[in-house]
Amino acid sequence: MKLHPAKLLFLQILVAVAALALWQIGATVPIGGDFLLPEFFFSKPGDVLSRVVELFVTGTIWKHLWITLTETVLAFIIGSVGGVVIGFWFARKPVVAAVFDPYVKMVNALPRVVLAPIFMLWLGLGIWSKVALGVTLVFFIVFFNVYQGVKEVSPVVLANARMMGMNERQLFRNVYWPSAMSWMFSSLHTAVGFALVGAVVGEYLGSAAGLGYLIHQAEGVFDVTGVFAGMFILAAFVLVIDWFVTRVEKRLLVWRPQAASEQN
Amino acid sequence: MNAAARATTAEAPHAGASLAVALDDIAISFAVKGRPVFNAVAPTSLHVREGEFVAIVGPTGCGKSTLLNATAGLLAPAGGTVSIFGEKLVGLNARAGYLFQQDALMPWKTALDNVAIALEIGGMRRADAVAQAQDWLKRVGLARFTERYPHELSGGQRKRVALAQMLIRQPKILLMDEPFGPLDAQTRQIMGTLLLRLWAQDRKAVLFVTHDLEEAIALSDRVVIMSAGPEARIIGDFPIDLARPRDAAEIRLDPRFHELHRMIWSQLKAEVAKTYGDDMNGLEASS
Repeated sequence: MKLHPAKLLFLQILVAVAALALWQIGATVPIGGDFLLPEFFFSKPGDVLSRVVELFVTGTIWKHLWITLTETVLAFIIGSVGGVVIGFWFARKPVVAAVFDPYVKMVNALPRVVLAPIFMLWLGLGIWSKVALGVTLVFFIVFFNVYQGVKEVSPVVLANARMMGMNERQLFRNVYWPSAMSWMFSSLHTAVGFALVGAVVGEYLGSAAGLGYLIHQAEGVFDVTGVFAGMFILAAFVLVIDWFVTRVEKRLLVWRPQAASEQN
Repeated sequence: MNAAARATTAEAPHAGASLAVALDDIAISFAVKGRPVFNAVAPTSLHVREGEFVAIVGPTGCGKSTLLNATAGLLAPAGGTVSIFGEKLVGLNARAGYLFQQDALMPWKTALDNVAIALEIGGMRRADAVAQAQDWLKRVGLARFTERYPHELSGGQRKRVALAQMLIRQPKILLMDEPFGPLDAQTRQIMGTLLLRLWAQDRKAVLFVTHDLEEAIALSDRVVIMSAGPEARIIGDFPIDLARPRDAAEIRLDPRFHELHRMIWSQLKAEVAKTYGDDMNGLEASS
């Protein structure tokens, strides 16, 4: 059951049109004297759209997007580097892993949002408290994947590489590293997503710029149109980042079989 | 028949220096926590001369592969010595190439890179390594598939890459652990012929483990039969006097092939029956 691409696109657009139409009708056509979606709480699609356009035309949005993007990228990079280094270290040194195991589990079990106030106290209201929050999220995803990647290297591939005469450094470069990277990249979407979550949640809880800040400000003055406009931009922003990540992933994992034929 | 087989078991006279592999009183056991030590292979001796193609045949789980791993240095024997060209083996066997039963290629490297890396790690310049790898891939019939990743190749093609990867280093000893086991019957024969052709060029010493007696006879100079484990040991040693060069498929039509097959099978059959017989008894006892 595979849809023709044009038909699929048509159906996808139909869903959006229907949802917007329902929203518009609910907000503007009174049913039995009452609005199904009172404008005060739900705004109107047209208003949200013009607010989005306004944000882009006046240029106010760019600063916020830039701040959020910076925080996301920094959180992703720092969290990934930390995760890779610690992941490798733990995987190659089982004693270290065993010693730290309960603490890793403990920190990972903690809902990261509760750390936000601490980071704000330590790092101020600027971007670094948001980056720190993102790092705590990204780090664990990358860490667990790299750890797994190094541990799950096929023993046959490893034995073959050793028989070929590889020393420890060459094994690292040709076997452990690619294996760990493949696991890490397979979680790239999740990791980038969490970096963004960290940034936006951090902004939402206290900041002077960013998409999270924008939404929080609008909410503070009951500007529902502003909240929806912010949400819309955030969603579009995530889609753009996700598209970019997919491209990177395709480029880096060409050697991987497509999902269905994963065995062997 | 059995007596005749035994008569040929007497070890052919070896000149000490020309021995590529000498396994002397090798015993292999595994210690599993909370259980008595499992003696996979009872003290066993096996000698492979330079340029000799020896096949080890035995029922499943008899410890053929562990014998091979001991020769490769991947597994330390519990007793006895492994000597390679007269020197006691310490650590990994640097003079041996190993062809595994399972896929052992690095999935993140193309066929070409998988073969070239074998030379690059020895310090060869990449350009030279790639040129040689291309040549070897051509020799195994994969000239058009150099840029493919392992998952884009068929099982037989992956084996060809692995073969090139092993041979490009020019190891003095080839160790093969049921290398063509996962392939279909036709592909196995084609791979067997390819192996013989490549081997004939410079006749390395080969230890070839298989559970397929026909394959063993078709390829080797000598077929060694192992008994069912535990405490597996060598129970037969048959020279194969079929003319070379051989075609791994056509040789099976040779009357001498059938004679040899019948003679060796009569001995192997008893061992195979023992393996399954033991299993059956075990099942009955436990139920």
